[in-house]
This record gives sequence, structure tokens and C-alpha cells, in this order.
Amino acid sequence: MVKVLEPEIGRVELQAVGTRFPKLDAMEKVQGKAVYIHDLKVPRMLYGKILWSEHAHARILKIDTSRAEKLPGVRAVITGYNTPEIKTGFFKDNPVLKKGKVRQYRDEVAAVAAESLEIAEEAVRLIDVEYEPLPAVFDPFEAMREDAPLIHEDKDSNILKLPWKLICGDPDEGRRQADFIAEENYSLPWVTHCCMGTSGCMAEFHANGNLTVHSPTQIRYLAQRDFMDAMAALGLKNKRVKVITTAIGGAFGSKLDTYPFEFITILLAYYSGRPVRLIFSREEEFFATATRQKVEAKISQGCTKDGLLTFRDVDMVLDNGAYTSWGATTPSVMMMPISSLYKVPNVRYLAKCVYTNNIYATAMRGYGNPQATFAIESQIDTLAEMAGIDPLEFRLINANTPGELTPQGFEVGSCGLKECLEAVRESLNWNEKRGKRDGSGVGIGSLIHVGGGARIYKSDGCGTIIKLDDFGKVTVMSGATDMGQGSDTVIAQIVAEELGVIIEDIAVIMGNTDQETWDVGAHASRTTFVAGNSALFAARKAKEQILDLAAPILNEPRENLDIKNRNVYSVTNPEASMPLDRLLRALHFKTGGTQIVASHFYDPPTQMLDREMKGNFSAAYTYGVHGAEVKVDQETGKVDILKYVIAMDVGKAINPMLVEGQLEGGAAMGIGYSLMEEMHLDRGKVLNPNFLDYKMMTFPDMPEVESIIIETNDQFGPFGAKGIGEPPLVGSAPAIANAIYDATGKRIRSLPITMEKLVAQEDE
Amino acid sequence: MKITFHLNGESVTAEVPDYITLLEMLRDKFELIGAKEGCGQGECGSCTVLVDREAVNSCLMLAAYVNGRSVETIEGLAGPRGKLDPLQESFVKHGAVQCGFCTPGMIMSAKALLAENPSPGRDQIRRGMAGNLCRCTGYSKIIEAIEFVSKGGDCCG
Repeated sequence: MVKVLEPEIGRVELQAVGTRFPKLDAMEKVQGKAVYIHDLKVPRMLYGKILWSEHAHARILKIDTSRAEKLPGVRAVITGYNTPEIKTGFFKDNPVLKKGKVRQYRDEVAAVAAESLEIAEEAVRLIDVEYEPLPAVFDPFEAMREDAPLIHEDKDSNILKLPWKLICGDPDEGRRQADFIAEENYSLPWVTHCCMGTSGCMAEFHANGNLTVHSPTQIRYLAQRDFMDAMAALGLKNKRVKVITTAIGGAFGSKLDTYPFEFITILLAYYSGRPVRLIFSREEEFFATATRQKVEAKISQGCTKDGLLTFRDVDMVLDNGAYTSWGATTPSVMMMPISSLYKVPNVRYLAKCVYTNNIYATAMRGYGNPQATFAIESQIDTLAEMAGIDPLEFRLINANTPGELTPQGFEVGSCGLKECLEAVRESLNWNEKRGKRDGSGVGIGSLIHVGGGARIYKSDGCGTIIKLDDFGKVTVMSGATDMGQGSDTVIAQIVAEELGVIIEDIAVIMGNTDQETWDVGAHASRTTFVAGNSALFAARKAKEQILDLAAPILNEPRENLDIKNRNVYSVTNPEASMPLDRLLRALHFKTGGTQIVASHFYDPPTQMLDREMKGNFSAAYTYGVHGAEVKVDQETGKVDILKYVIAMDVGKAINPMLVEGQLEGGAAMGIGYSLMEEMHLDRGKVLNPNFLDYKMMTFPDMPEVESIIIETNDQFGPFGAKGIGEPPLVGSAPAIANAIYDATGKRIRSLPITMEKLVAQEDE
Repeated sequence: MKITFHLNGESVTAEVPDYITLLEMLRDKFELIGAKEGCGQGECGSCTVLVDREAVNSCLMLAAYVNGRSVETIEGLAGPRGKLDPLQESFVKHGAVQCGFCTPGMIMSAKALLAENPSPGRDQIRRGMAGNLCRCTGYSKIIEAIEFVSKGGDCCG
């Protein structure tokens, strides 16, 4: 269902934008022809395999690789002792091959390249490592104690030095103003991405010393930079590095960083002199990749008798695991719902990320937002109940509105939060169904997320190059990355609309650093907005060129010309027109001819967060509301989701079918996070590294999802669009927890909400 | 060992070690990369192919087992001159494909499901497809795509 809030000004008829055009590469994918990293083979390719640590924390006394080296078919055996040191992670605390000590079971101790995977696996078994176990720490609160074992001995504490502190207004005064105050603790588990395609890459050195890395990365240009550091470590400073993005078998944030295995593959290729491909088994995917982290949150918020929020105060401890990846920066996003989901003048937020000997934390769809929103939005219901106000009304009272400047400095442009709340109220039949406590109940969870990029680097830009050929066909070379979400298709629709051609005329090329211009990566739900605007403005430049050159040929004033249905024509004189392809040929095939090529680099009008963590770091904000109706078996604690609805202010749906795909897929991941997903660790060891023991949503688990698309036509978005990649899982957990509370009176403050927890907890 | 079987309608022969799986044989010997290894232990369904018209996890079946049998993979679904199977078309049209890694296995499972029950209800589709995992779509559009074909009635000819 699509609900349009505002009429589109000055654009009466859209032909490509707004259509349910099938994803451009779907045809190839349904035939099994898409080439993922697992399918990639080149002549003389070797197979890589990593030897992992046997301890959560131990000194490496000795590594003996002699037996592995003698195995026929082995072409390279590498360790931290026979390769130059390369470190990954934004703190550069993660050596790609460990030397001196290991800090987690997932640690890379050695690696092998061999003629077959079987030989590589056998060779890894033949490597003998002597360890001396060290005292380990698996609880972040214990890890903060002065006598705790240090995970990194060159640091004086296990607490990461990060600036995660936000103070807005006067939180103490806000507390004094409150008539009601709720104070609770919430805890969130480790969960992992479960990409259907496991991680992997292929590295190949060319005769001239240049390197090509094939990788299903979300950040090929940042990866290129990281791989150039590795080249420098190998003494190949002035050589070229090309990163080629293969078809991506799921990403969800997991491929937002570079990881040791990629550098190991590069090293194996360098030392063997052969192309090397390294692919994780499913078990490795579970225990060796970084995940969404475990969070303990202490939250309090207060309101007046009328339900106006007066303050919010949140303290968090995040289990960072043994190394840094982007997980340690997720508090920067957690600040957003804390400060700017509702109008709340006084805010205090403190977060500590703590090293432990556990698995480490990276980006995962929502980037901290699902954790923070679970705590905030569960507690909003608690507070509303204290104040005697219907929780949906409570949210309407405090909802942000267009034009708001939030205390964190966000300039809210388009904002359909109230409309989303009303849409979910109607869809759930809220007024009828709420408050029965008869085992059935309804609940909602609101959300905010960045929808106009996120300036976390100095550039949040994306480049596009557009060329038109002699047949009126358009090639769009975009720095963006498609990982299944459909950015290829969205970009084609935007360009088709602007250039007056049909979507089928357009080829979108992306995935090769030699070919396209820079993009910061597929993160922060930014691709439709940033890459979309980049493509839009590049198309506009191409169109300007065409119309400038067409004016003398058609003998019409330039300002009267437009392109539509592959035809250049005068809007005032229907006689003056020419098919686009004929015009392009006429411009090309003559003395002194020309071809149409245009490029644009778009960087959204935003600010980096300042030292106080304030500033307008996105050009638009996406708001939405999740709603759930549940039935809880009071005997067994089994939760059935009878209905699931997401109302999302997407600005403008460039492709409603793809938007629904994001909403439904996000809902599945969000419901899984709420009810079943959890990585179980015992003293640092992952106990459930497979799909039987790690539960994710399956077909029978999945309820019907109603998608309600609210269009607010954002002033900066391409054709009004905002990003919606991550929001579809952000509000799930509180919506479900609140529905369970409405059904049973049981408030579960830790995820996942299992049957055991529901049966164990007494009514409140 | 040497085995002979029907692969996508053609009789083929292969010399394979006795320990390799059907999935490995299809991918490595026949370069049919449509079936994927998502887990290698029969939990995700990305490797689903049809053996004697039944959906199997090819990662769990030894290659030797298909001697004398008939195997159908995603590559065998499209007709002459690339005309897509109605299920393939329906997956494209209904947005049932995102990253696409699970897609070939999904379509083969759906093929077997509709062969057994040409007009399943949505819950029967959910149960019938329970062995195939997808992390992108939330399954809704896949159910729609299968339901569309079942209502058209013409997919398993």
C-alpha cells in the first residue's frame, strides 16, 4: 500500500520512477548465472585455508610449519613470523596473522595455499602450534576492572578510547521536571548476519606487480585503500590495486570493513606467485566473522503528567570482543534514536566499548540502532503506562515533526512519523485490540534512521559517469554497490526518468575500481539517496549537453526543449522533434563531432558530528513504525505473530516493489532478532556455529507482512526519496516486546524473547 | 568411479572419486554453478537440485548415488532459446530475488513442491519450502511468486 502525503510539485507524470520494475540482474540470478566469489575460478588458481587459534587467550610459543610445507601440492605456508606485519581495524589492533599471542578462538595463526582445498585443509592440520594459555576475560564488566587481564598489552585498559558521550540540555533538570520516571536495564545478544553466501575473496598478482582482488565487499574503494597499505608492507608501494566486486551473496554490514582473511589471501597470492581464492565454510562464517555485539543498557526517561518527555538518560556497555571493527562505532548511531526520535530536550548518553576475549563486533544492518531502539521504545510503553496514556497517543504527543531542529543538531526535513503511527493504528485495529491481557495483544515500535547519507568520513560522496552511444542507449557507471537491495535498478529508473528514455535502454555498471568513480560504500542506507542523486545530477548534465546541441539542429530555443519517450522535442512546437538516437548519431558522425559523456560527484549537504557529537550528519531522516499483533501461549510461552505491519516514510518509493522487499526482508531479520537469534558463547567459544543451532527465520516462521509506504517527498532526495535499507528491522524488537506485554503483562527486557524467558517471568 | 546419468535431459558420463558429493560434481565437473554451497550440511537448501524429480540437498548426496538416475539443475529449467520456466519468470516479476544466492535452490524446491501439489495454499507453500533459507527477502515475495505460478496452473509440464 502506498500513501502519498504531498502532491508532487511541478512533476505531473513520472514514467520510470515509481514503477515496480524487476531488479535488473534478477533474470541472470534465476538462471543460476550470477557469478559469486564461490563460483569464480581462474587458471592456476590455488585454494587458501586458515589455521585458527585453539585458545581464547594464549601466548604463541612456537609454530612448526615444516610438515605442512612438505605436503605435496602445498604452495605457500605463512604465519605472523614469516610475513610483514599488516594490521586491520580502525584502531589497527588486529594483526592479520597473529604473532606473540592469540586473543580469541577466531584468531588467524597460520595459512596455507595449495592445489586443492583438500590439500590445504590437510596442510593446516599438519601445522603444530605450542601455546601457553593466559587468563582470559569474557565479561565486559569484569574486563573493566583494574586487575583484569589486558587483551592488548600495549594499551593501559580494556576500555576503548572512544568519544561516545552526548549531553543535550540539562538532563538533571529534565529529571526534576518529570512527574513520572521509568528506570530499567536492557540486554541484547550477539547476533550474526547469516549471509547465504559465506565470506571469501580471490587475490591475483599480475606480471607487472599490480594486484587484483575480487571480493563481495560493500566498500570497494575503502578496501582498495586498505589493500594498498598491504602492498606497501610488501614493498610494492607504487603498484596499482584493483578491487572487483563479485555478485554479493548477502552483506547486511558484514562486508563493510576489510578483514584479516582478505589480507591473508593477498599474502598467499604474493608468496605462491599464483592466484588464490579463500572461502569460509559455514562453520567459519559463524565463529570467525565479526557480529552485532552484546549490549547492556541502563536507561531512564521521564515525562510530565501530560506525557511530554522531559529527559532521557542512557548508559551502555558494549562487549567489543578482542579487536576493533565498525561495531565499536555503533554508539554514534545509537545517539540518533536517543536524541532525535522524539522531541526530548534533555539527553545524556554514555557508552563504553570494552575489549574481551570474545568474538568482535562489526556493522550489522541498523548499526546499533536496533539495540538502542529496543531499550527506548520498550520503555516508552512503560512510561506511558505510568502516565496513564495510551502508548500510541504518547508517541504522537512526542513525535518529531517536519522542520524540527533536534537537540543533537539534526535538521529534520521531511518527517512522516505521525502519519506512520496513524497508519499502524488503523492497520492493527489498535483501539479495539489493545489492553485486553487475554493472551493476545498489539504493540508498536517507532524508529528514526539516517535517510540522506551519513557523514562519518570527510566525504560522504558518490561518483557517476554517464555516456550515451549512437543508438540512444545509456551506460551508467556508478561507484555504488548492489548487494541485492536493488540499487542497480533504482539508479536505472532515476536516469531513465531524467533522460526521457526507457529503463531497458540503460546499463548500470558497477563493481570495478578501475572503471567507476569513488563511493564511500553501501552503508548507512545511503545508496538510493547519495548514489541516486549522483546519477540524477550526472544525467541532468548529459541532458543539458544534448539539449544545447539539439537547439540549433531543431532550430528551436534551447529552453523549449525536453526529452521524453526517447525523443528530443519542443514543448511549444510539436513539429520540432527528433528521435534521440538519430540526434546522437548526427552529433557524432560529422567533422568535429562529439559524443555525450557526463559525470557528477555528489556529496550531500551535511556536517560531521563535532566534538560534542552534534551536527546535521545526514541530509534527511527516515521515520517509521513497526506494529505487531501476537498471540502468546501462556503455558509454553510460544509467541505467534498474527500480523506484522511496517509503515515507513521513505520520501518517495523509486520502486515500490523493491521497497517492499526491504521492508519484508528487514521484518524477517527483526523478528528473528526479537524471538530467536542468539550466538551462544562459552568462555569465548561459539557453541552454535550452524543453522540448526543458530535459529534464523524460516518460511513457516514468517508471518504475513503488510507494507505501508508513506511518501513525504524529501526536498533533497532524488525525486524525493530517502534511504530505507536498515530501518525495516530497527523497530521490530520493541513492537514485539510491547505486543507481548499487552498480551501477557510480562515485560521482557532481554533479547531474544524466548519461550523459556516468557514462562519463567512472573507477571508484573 | 565411472557413473552415467541424465543431466538436464542429456545422458552424461563422469569419472568421479567415490567421496565427492553431487554438488561438487555438478559445480566442478560440469561447471553448473547455479547450485550453491551455503552450508555444506543440508541446513540451508541453496544446493537444491532435483533427482528423479524430487528435491534433494546435493551437498549431502554422494555423486555416485545418481548413477542411472536423472538430475535436473537450475540450468536445465529454461527451454529452447532461453525461454524461462514460469517459476523463473514469476520470481523475476514478483521481486522474489535480492542477493540471489538462495534463488536457484529456491526455484528447484518450488518446482518439486508444485510437481507434488500443483495448487498449494500459502501455508502449504511455507511448509513445503521450509528447508530453504533466505536472509534477504523475508520470504513474502517468494511465496507470492510461487502462488502466482500455482494459480496459473502451468509450470510443471
